[in-house]
Amino acid sequence: MVAVQVIVGGLLLGAIYALFSSGLTLIWGMMNFINFAHGEFVMLGMYAALMVVVWIGGGPAIFAIAAAVALAALGVAIYFSLIRHVTRGPMLAQILSTFGLALLLRYTAFWIFSANFVSLPQNAMSGTVNLGGIYLPIAQLVAGLVAITLTVALHLLLTRTTVGSKLLAVAEDRTAAMLMGIRPDRMQALAWGLSAGAAGIAGALMATSYPWSPSVGETFGLIAFVVVALGGFGSVLGSLYAGLIIGLIQSASAFWLGAIYKDIVVYGLFVALLWLRPQGLMGKT
Amino acid sequence: MKSIFSPRRRIALLAVALLLFPVVFSGAFARDIGVAFLLAAISASAWNIVGGYAGQVSVGHSMFFGIGAYMPLLFYSLFGWSPIAGIPVGIVLSIALAVVIGMPTFRLTGHYFSMATIAVAELIRIFVGTWDFVGAAVGLQGPATARGWWDLTFRSELPYYYIFLAVLGIVLATTAFIERRRFGFYLRAIKASERAARSLGVPVRRTKMQALALSAAFTSVAGSLYAAKTGFIDPDSGFGILVSVQMVIVAALGGAGMLFGPLLGALILIPLQIATNTWFGGGGSGLTYILYGGIIVVIARFEPGGLFELWYRVVPERWRRAYAT
Repeated sequence: MVAVQVIVGGLLLGAIYALFSSGLTLIWGMMNFINFAHGEFVMLGMYAALMVVVWIGGGPAIFAIAAAVALAALGVAIYFSLIRHVTRGPMLAQILSTFGLALLLRYTAFWIFSANFVSLPQNAMSGTVNLGGIYLPIAQLVAGLVAITLTVALHLLLTRTTVGSKLLAVAEDRTAAMLMGIRPDRMQALAWGLSAGAAGIAGALMATSYPWSPSVGETFGLIAFVVVALGGFGSVLGSLYAGLIIGLIQSASAFWLGAIYKDIVVYGLFVALLWLRPQGLMGKT
Repeated sequence: MKSIFSPRRRIALLAVALLLFPVVFSGAFARDIGVAFLLAAISASAWNIVGGYAGQVSVGHSMFFGIGAYMPLLFYSLFGWSPIAGIPVGIVLSIALAVVIGMPTFRLTGHYFSMATIAVAELIRIFVGTWDFVGAAVGLQGPATARGWWDLTFRSELPYYYIFLAVLGIVLATTAFIERRRFGFYLRAIKASERAARSLGVPVRRTKMQALALSAAFTSVAGSLYAAKTGFIDPDSGFGILVSVQMVIVAALGGAGMLFGPLLGALILIPLQIATNTWFGGGGSGLTYILYGGIIVVIARFEPGGLFELWYRVVPERWRRAYAT
């Protein structure tokens, strides 16, 4: 029974990993661009949720949507003020831009919110539920299910709708898309909005069941790298599977090896992937 | 009539200034700044070989720095050997690690290399933090009192200053040497366009690998010097991401891929860092990194070539002629 509990808990955590990692993979697939500040977006989503609860009040639905909107706006703003200008520049500028952004956001958060761990106050999602002998926090269950739904929705948005086709067209060939009457700038800004928004809502969902501090951004950023590397760059569906797998591996290794080893196992997996299958599970070479 | 600013004289002038600095400014504080400046310049110059010249942006160079820092103190605490014994071991291990990372990632685009470096550095940091053999989270201590000069534990800053200066000289001389060789041209060709370089017969993967190995070896030495100077190392000061950040920003601010870029970057950033730490006390380090993040973003957005390139662009041509190498 304990094993089942560990597995279910891991999958639910993995669903949230999948959600924010799908944002990272979207940017990579669209623009061939790695966002080193992605984990910081998740961290800011958590603080956005906290600020909404403390200052405005409201249930999980309100602060989750507020976090998504706030981060989506931040993503679009960052695209127009920074990313748009560096994509055509040298590689150094591309990598430094989001790397510097990550530092800026992380240490500003340390400065404003301090390094202490915080958590959300009691809300509608507190408490546990008994599912045939498995005890699960309601928050974790709801967050995991919402995260899976949103990740699948993002996948469908990209593959089944006109907007998705436009996004993929810009990713495929910017100039050709422009000739078809698509505005690449708008589409890429939309991708940044979606990416940061996904990170924001994932942060808000995670905030319902885990305490956090500004330092979690670095951890989540690295987890997103591992998930994307496992799932394949640019594949949302791949990052869904990979997220679930990573969540599972992490919770299993935390339970059977000890909590301090869970990150070692996951990063070790990343190094192994580099050697064995650098294109990931569902990626193209 | 040679200008006083001819390249060779300029370098001689710089060397004399660096040699005389601790003699002229004999206060402990000034010498401390001098040593910090030299250490930042050494590690950023080492980073520059792969990150600047070859354009393979490593954001996890702390892994080599940390290995270099841990080895001397590990050998000291295990066997009581002189820290000097650990320096070559650190170099060998760093090169081995460079091969492990470079072999798979240099087949792929540069972004992949950057991601791999940051992930591996973090993996090592966490791993070292849980491994009792290397002191776990507490870290390792060096000799408290020197048994002889070979312990590299001096009470004055002066010996450190000149040792560091000599190492900086070696790193810069090596960089200047490869800058003019075929290898240096290969590096710049790869940076400009990997595909074009390959089509012209440049052995791309091998060249990138060699650049990373050379860079890793020098970074490891920088770490050893840091450990000898501080006499103490823990996972964060050896393998922490901020160690990597420091190398990247110092090189990028001055000018990545330029011989004296890291020197200029260190000349600006180290006094700035010490000033913010002094003025704002304990909270200052956080503020320093907000500032660092801001500076990195501004460089990336407006001046990826760094200050040297800005200088070359804004300074009138007739002045510039004297500087052209």
